[in-house]
Amino acid sequence: MALGGFFSRLKQGLARSTAKLSEGLGTVFVKRKLDDAALEELEDLLIGADLGTDVARRVIAAFRRSRFGREVSEHEIRESLAEEIAAILRPVAIPLVIDRALKPHVVLVVGVNGTGKTTTVGKLAQSYTEQGMRPMLAACDTFRAAAVEQLQVWGQRTGAPVMAAPANSDAAGLAFDALTRARAEGFDVLLIDTAGRLHNKAALMGELQKIIRVLRKQDPSAPHSVLLVLDATTGQNALQQVNVFKEMVDVTGLAVTKLDGSARGGIVVALAEAFAMPVHAVGVGEQAGDLRAFDAGDFARGLVGL
Amino acid sequence: MFDALTSKLSTVFEGLRRRGALNETDVLEALREVRLALLDADVALPVVKDFITRVRERAIGQEVIDSVSPGQQVVKIVNDVLIEQLGGAGAVALNLNAVAPIPILMVGLQGSGKTTTSGKIGLRLSTRLRKKVLLASLDTQRPAAQLQLQVLAGQAGVGSLPIVPGETPLQIARRAMETGRREVYDIVILDTAGRLSIDAELMEQVREIRAETNPAETLLVVDAMTGQDAVNTAKAFNDALGITGIVMTRMDGDARGGAALSMRAVTGAPIKLTGSGEKLDALEDFHPERVAGRILGQGDVLGLVERASENLDQEEAEKLARKIAKGRFDLDDFAAQLKQITKMGSISSILGMLPGAGKLQAQLEASGGAAGLDKKVINRQAAIISSMTVKERRAPDIIKASRKKRIAAGSGVTVQDVNKLLKQFDDMSSMMKRMNKLGQKGLMRHGLSALMPGQRGGGQQRRGY
Repeated sequence: MALGGFFSRLKQGLARSTAKLSEGLGTVFVKRKLDDAALEELEDLLIGADLGTDVARRVIAAFRRSRFGREVSEHEIRESLAEEIAAILRPVAIPLVIDRALKPHVVLVVGVNGTGKTTTVGKLAQSYTEQGMRPMLAACDTFRAAAVEQLQVWGQRTGAPVMAAPANSDAAGLAFDALTRARAEGFDVLLIDTAGRLHNKAALMGELQKIIRVLRKQDPSAPHSVLLVLDATTGQNALQQVNVFKEMVDVTGLAVTKLDGSARGGIVVALAEAFAMPVHAVGVGEQAGDLRAFDAGDFARGLVGL
Repeated sequence: MFDALTSKLSTVFEGLRRRGALNETDVLEALREVRLALLDADVALPVVKDFITRVRERAIGQEVIDSVSPGQQVVKIVNDVLIEQLGGAGAVALNLNAVAPIPILMVGLQGSGKTTTSGKIGLRLSTRLRKKVLLASLDTQRPAAQLQLQVLAGQAGVGSLPIVPGETPLQIARRAMETGRREVYDIVILDTAGRLSIDAELMEQVREIRAETNPAETLLVVDAMTGQDAVNTAKAFNDALGITGIVMTRMDGDARGGAALSMRAVTGAPIKLTGSGEKLDALEDFHPERVAGRILGQGDVLGLVERASENLDQEEAEKLARKIAKGRFDLDDFAAQLKQITKMGSISSILGMLPGAGKLQAQLEASGGAAGLDKKVINRQAAIISSMTVKERRAPDIIKASRKKRIAAGSGVTVQDVNKLLKQFDDMSSMMKRMNKLGQKGLMRHGLSALMPGQRGGGQQRRGY
């Protein structure tokens, strides 16, 4: 994974977001006075990018303080908007670091249905293999049809072994077995893929807690990371998702997927504001190499079209 | 799913309702709140603006000024416009007016729930309409997607197209239609790979499939949690393919579901079905008037009645109704009712359908009730009741300390659990009495909150044991 490719990939991925937001910006601010009407239009644009009404209001308030009544150009607006957004995102741009002494570092991957958990696990396995680590995968989505087979394909692609169990069997039991084996055979990372679940279903959330309880019987410090996978096309409900998952299973960081297609992604800003939850990675495609570290500056500049 | 929006709007309109007369400033203030609530609910910005304009036009003017209760009038206007935006009253059925085998094309973004929905529609058409359904996955993109649909077809008891590795989606579509004709299927559901609306190549591919198969329905599957982007997606798919209907999935989540509101406005395509669970039978018709009612805090009473009538034993229910009417409701009935409730699904999903229950639900969740309301608890309560003698069940008042001890021991619980159950029964019987007093009409007007003891006065009164 060449680092140089990162810029172009992310930029490409964010191109749509950029086009949308900057198109709007362009029409609002060619060079005009930053008055109430202009500020309102700008606030609308931010809301339209899924930043949420609160964050949009905050950003606009900052603008009002420093620039109200001034003549501003489009470029100036973008620069300061990017800086405003980057300032919010910078503290949460924290990579997921694998502690190779743990053998294995257990990563529990959780999220609502259809966000891209299995794909993210596959991509992570690829990335760790490339870094010279030995990852093991546990297919703990025993509920959805063919979820295990989907992960097994990723296992073949990346050369990582996949622990699986028959359909509808106990996910916690499988996680326990996987940890036993990973410990015995000295794997560096154990990636546990779980079934998608809506955060408002108490019973299903309880099931996740059970997985954690069972893992701790072998290793009281496990899971070392709990990665919540979030779909970037999700709107304000993402706040609720993060809130509940955090409370129930102590999420330690986020992976934001499908940033290559969504016209927005602004929810990431709202999430950073609300929870200061680390954002570990962003997904920008369906291929194994399409998972990237999250960079606040690039993301913010990309979002406003710089 | 609209609970959050409901509670916001209730606050706004409570203010409006209280005032006798209504001026332009009032309306504008309320509409600002409505606008914010809609935006927070992920309704797309242009749709919100259009919505607000329509409401304002109707609200400020004679309609309101001449009416007796202006606040009510605004609520009604908001409700009307909501229903309009959601597609007008009534559910729109799938269009099956074509020569068999009728192709149905499923499209959407990755992870929106196309494959699961394909399985659900297959089950629905085969059980309700007795159609012979063939499921075919054209998803050569995602690993094991074809296998997933095959498994679902097996669970639904409908046909599935044999998987031939190496075929292109277009080839699979052709083979599916040929198989459909040869083996006399009524319906062929073509489940395509998830694609981004901006992916020109994949959009062209699905356009070819559409041209080849000429589907009677091209259904766009959209996640109810989708944000502002929902409109872009819908527009892009509609422009490229001519969407004939929308399926909203994950309606059982707590997303405010603004996407539903914007979709119809932008594409003109009706929302035909909603998915509300992972099981294959969790597919429902979309009723705009019910959803609009829910947004405004009136509750999905019709939906509840429908679900109840599908799941409840009719005779049992009538017997119960007669008993309630007579004010003779005993623990046996309570036990029977508990059993019925477990048949209808989770209690919180039932509560969500009741008018005014949004707040109650929030209270329950806050008091740790969400987990406390699951089937396990209900089963335990049923066990407690079955440990009572017939006499005790008929006249719970005779249950004093030593009887409680025996019942607790018999059902493996503590005396406190027995107390809790008796208290619950007590509350319920007093609720029944109130319900009788209010009558059907009163219940519809005041909603569930009219039944709650101590709602207005603060804490609930406790009965000493």
